[in-house]
Amino acid sequence: MIEIVGLTKKFGDNVVLDELNLSIEKGETKVIIGRSGCGKSVLLKHIVGILKPDKGTIYIDGQDIYKLNEKEFNKLRLKIGMVFQGGALFDSLSVWENVGFILKEYSSLSDKEIRERVKESLALVNLYGIEDKMPSELSGGMKKRVALARALCIRPQIILYDEPTTGVDPITADIINELIDELHDRLNVTSIVVTHDMKSAYKVADKIAMLYQGKIIAEGTPDEIRYTHDPIVHQFITGAAKGPITSILKT
Amino acid sequence: MNNQIRNLGQRLIAFIKFIDGVSRLALETTFWIFLPPFKKQRFFYQCKKIGVDSLPIVSLVGLFTGMILALQTAYLMKKLSSEIYIASIVALSLTRELGPVLTALIVAGRSGAAITAEIGTMTVTEQVDALRTLGTNPVKYLVVPRFLSLTFMLPILTIYSDLVGMFGGYLICVNRLAIQPNMYIYTTFDTLVNKDVFTGLIKTIFFGMIIALVACYEGLNVEGGAEGVGKSTTSSVVKTFILIIIADCFFTALFYFFWH
Repeated sequence: MIEIVGLTKKFGDNVVLDELNLSIEKGETKVIIGRSGCGKSVLLKHIVGILKPDKGTIYIDGQDIYKLNEKEFNKLRLKIGMVFQGGALFDSLSVWENVGFILKEYSSLSDKEIRERVKESLALVNLYGIEDKMPSELSGGMKKRVALARALCIRPQIILYDEPTTGVDPITADIINELIDELHDRLNVTSIVVTHDMKSAYKVADKIAMLYQGKIIAEGTPDEIRYTHDPIVHQFITGAAKGPITSILKT
Repeated sequence: MNNQIRNLGQRLIAFIKFIDGVSRLALETTFWIFLPPFKKQRFFYQCKKIGVDSLPIVSLVGLFTGMILALQTAYLMKKLSSEIYIASIVALSLTRELGPVLTALIVAGRSGAAITAEIGTMTVTEQVDALRTLGTNPVKYLVVPRFLSLTFMLPILTIYSDLVGMFGGYLICVNRLAIQPNMYIYTTFDTLVNKDVFTGLIKTIFFGMIIALVACYEGLNVEGGAEGVGKSTTSSVVKTFILIIIADCFFTALFYFFWH
C-alpha cells in the first residue's frame, strides 16, 4: 500500500504539489488525471525518490521512504518499476541490455541467462525477436513496450506509468491499455497511471483521482468520475474549452 | 548602471553556484570511486573513447606544434648562431607547457563537449532519472568511469603529444636547418630532467579532473530540451578552457616557487 501524506513541492514560487494526500491500495490500479504541467509526473518522481518533497512524506508498505538511507532506498526501488513518458531507454545500449540492465548490473547471471530473462519480459509485452535492436530502430509504441518490459524484468510489486499512451496512435494506445490491464491481472501489481487521456483512464482504472492546483480534488471509480457533478472534473473529462478551469486561468 | 551591477551580481552568484556544484560533484565522485561494484568495462570503454580515439587529432596538433616551435625558435637562434639550442627549447616548451595545455584543450573540446552533450541528452530524455529508478546512482554509472579515464588518459596522451612534437621539431631541424639527427636527439634528452616531465604530467592529471567534472556537471544540470543541451555544451567547453588556463598558471607558479 502506498500512502501519500501532506506532500508539498515548490519550484521557486510555483507550488506544484500542495499538501497532497492520496492512498493506493495493494493490487489497485489508480489513474491520476489532470492537465499537462499540473504536477502529475512530479508526483510519480516523488514516489520513486527522484525528487524530495519540501513537506510531507510517502509511506510504502508502512515505511516512510524519505527516512531510508541510500542503500535501503535502492532496495525499495527494486520493488518499483517506472515507465517513463518517452520510454527513457538508454540510447547506447541494445534492447536486451536495456531490459536486462538491473540483472547485468547487480546479479551474477551470465549474459545467456540474462537474455533468457529478457526474452520472457519482452514476451509479457508481446515483443519477440528484437533483443539485438537499438532503441533508435524502434517505433514510439515499441519503445514504450520495451520500457515496460524493462520495468517488469525485476518483477516489481508496483508499476508507475507516466503518460503511457501519449504520442502513440490510437490502436497502439489501446494495445498499451490492454497490456496494463493484463499485467495487472496476471502479476497482481499495484499500478499508478498518470495520464490526461480519458479513454485510457476509463479502461485501466480501478479508481481515478484528479489532480488540480496541487491537490487531489476528486476521487472515485471510473463511473463516479464519468457522472460527476463537480464542474472542474466535468470540464476536464469532457475536454470543454470553457469552464471553471479556463476561467480561473483567465482571471 | 543599476542593471549592470545587477547583471554582474547575477553572474557572480551563478559562478559561485557553479563552483559549489562542481565541488560537490567532485566529493560525490570520490565517494563512489571507492564503493563497489567496480565495472572495469565501462572504464576501458571510456579510455578508448577519450584516449585512443583522440590519437589522430593529438598527433596532428602535436606534430605541427613541434614544427612551428622549431621554426619560430630558429628565427631567433639563427641570429644568435645558436641553432643547436632549438632542440632544447622545443623539448622544454613541449614537456613543461605546450604539450600538457594543448592536449588538455583538445581533449576538452573533443571529449568534454561530447560528454556534456551525451549526459545532457540523457538528462532531458529522462534516462538519468531512469537510471535512478533502476537503483543505479548516475554519478557512479556515468561520472566515475569518465572521471577515471580522463585522469588516466590525459597524461598518457600528453606524453604521446610531447614525443610527436619533438619529432616535428626533429623533422624541421634535420631537413631544413642541417642539424645532425644524433645531435638533435642527444640535445633533446640531455636538456630534459625528470622535473620538466613530471611538472607537465602532474598538471595534466588535474586538467583531466577539471574536464571530467565540468563536462559531467554541465550535462547533469541541463535544463530545457535540445537548446539546453547546446547551451550547456558551449558553457562546458568555455568554462573548462578558462579553468584549465587558471589551473595552469596556478601550478606553474607553484612549481616555480616550491620545486627547485
